[in-house]
Amino acid sequence: MAEIKNYTMNFGPQHPAAHGVLRLVLELDGEVIQRADPHIGLLHRATEKLAENRTYIQSVPYMDRLDYVSMMMNEHAFVMAIEKMLNLKVPVRAQYIRVLFDEITRLLNHLLWLGCHALDVGAMSVFLYTFREREDLFDCYEAVSGARMHAAYYRPGGVYRDLPDHMPQYQNTRFSRPSETHKLNENRQGSLLDFIEDFATRFPGYIDEYETLLTDNRIWKQRTVGIGVVSPERAIELGFTGPMLRGSGIEWDLRKKQPYEVYDKLDFDIPVGVEGDCYDRYLVRIEEMRQSVHLIKQCTKWLRENSGPVISDNQKFAPPKRTDMKEDMESMIHHFKLFTEGFHLPKGEAYAAVEHPKGEFGIYMVSDGANKPYRLKIRAPGFAHLASLDEMTKGHMISDLVAIIGTQDIVFGEIDR
Amino acid sequence: MRKLVSNISKSLSLYELLKGMKLTLSYFFAKKVTIQYPEQKTPQSPRFRGLHALRRYPNGEERCIACKLCEAVCPAMAITIESELREDNSRRTTRYDIDLTKCIFCGFCEESCPVDSIVETRIFEYHGEERGDLLYTKDMLLDVGKKYEKQIAKDRQQEAKYR
Repeated sequence: MAEIKNYTMNFGPQHPAAHGVLRLVLELDGEVIQRADPHIGLLHRATEKLAENRTYIQSVPYMDRLDYVSMMMNEHAFVMAIEKMLNLKVPVRAQYIRVLFDEITRLLNHLLWLGCHALDVGAMSVFLYTFREREDLFDCYEAVSGARMHAAYYRPGGVYRDLPDHMPQYQNTRFSRPSETHKLNENRQGSLLDFIEDFATRFPGYIDEYETLLTDNRIWKQRTVGIGVVSPERAIELGFTGPMLRGSGIEWDLRKKQPYEVYDKLDFDIPVGVEGDCYDRYLVRIEEMRQSVHLIKQCTKWLRENSGPVISDNQKFAPPKRTDMKEDMESMIHHFKLFTEGFHLPKGEAYAAVEHPKGEFGIYMVSDGANKPYRLKIRAPGFAHLASLDEMTKGHMISDLVAIIGTQDIVFGEIDR
Repeated sequence: MRKLVSNISKSLSLYELLKGMKLTLSYFFAKKVTIQYPEQKTPQSPRFRGLHALRRYPNGEERCIACKLCEAVCPAMAITIESELREDNSRRTTRYDIDLTKCIFCGFCEESCPVDSIVETRIFEYHGEERGDLLYTKDMLLDVGKKYEKQIAKDRQQEAKYR
């Protein structure tokens, strides 16, 4: 009798469907997966340890680089932890700006996820369309912070600068007709808020386009329906959060359950799935995008009607205005103090979590009273999701593994940290 | 019964696939969203954080007074400054290096500078052919500042009210 042995295969870290640097050791029976063993750590940059040697402000740009497709959300959790320990009041306008950019970030993340997930499963065109919309959102990022991705925009006590009154415009060149340039600039005539509002009115139509391409498509359904099913009980046990948990039918969203910033004043719904398979999680994320657009519209409306400061006026924690710094000795001292020594947090600890596009992203911070954290722990949602990969893929084919990695929305920046 | 017939006919006629193909076909004939880089460029915000530059006052005097705030705040420790007293007893840098391979372009140096000396410009198309080429020294940074001063000053003026 022939001896039949399982075949062990290495998947990644250079595999294009591995979403970065995922390395899996697969145990295969034919083409059926018996065991999937994720090996992580290839993108480990010791962010938690680095933060112990940097002042609180200096760590903000490092947070961008954790989950590098939803940059501002990571910053948000970090500054929220600091504000919690300091009991620092954030001006209302800054809270609305934060919510506005959180939702823009959610769109950015879900657009990338949708494009890449569809590309992994075999639909090329969705990827091209989602990246077209991401371009507009990156322009919003650039207009407020000056960087298209790694914004470093949120600060303890508010945000760095107010929204600009002008959008940058396309320039005439000798290769483009003036009428073409004029057409490109059509939605850039007003302020950033006008641009965002224009985007928010156009965007639901784009979501319909993605749905036309995917939702009823028989190939898409064959690849996702009934794949990677997680029962609601099991989803809780595995520590799922975000769309992974909601896809299994559990209504849990930190924006509703533990409202932070101004989410309790805004109107939005939480979509939940029924079956807990890849297709339901896809539907949940699509509906989340629609809800985000709804939230963005409410925020722009409020921001248009109300003005005010965007960063705390407590100069112990937030830098003074530049004009003050140049004329007033006191402000000058605060300015120098903040950018060299930074500020000290009281002894103690705090946990702050935001509803990240991928789930619950939390920062746990312990302070011993110094100007640097004694210990920083980052709770990355992707880590818990990846840990369940073995369970989710058991008994599926290799091609389904790709769909499951896609549906988990894995980004290695946050898992390896 | 009618629903069943409609489902079967839709399924057999590849209805949803054709609908998707119609969408992609309409984009095939639509105006393209791509632009012809490098002849055409996407708009850039005055807040853009690109290559660094050191500025001078209109009378030609260096702005930098070697207060070393940027060196202290730089999260990546990419800036190295050494300073000395000049003959007229004013403090000026003798060395101002930015290692662009370390820099994370967070903009804190510009934010901290009390005399608007170190700035991040709109330039993003610089390159180095060797590793050492990306270590920008004081002279190189001042040259960048000299070349783009007009744009730099215009952007700072536009942003002044937000900072």
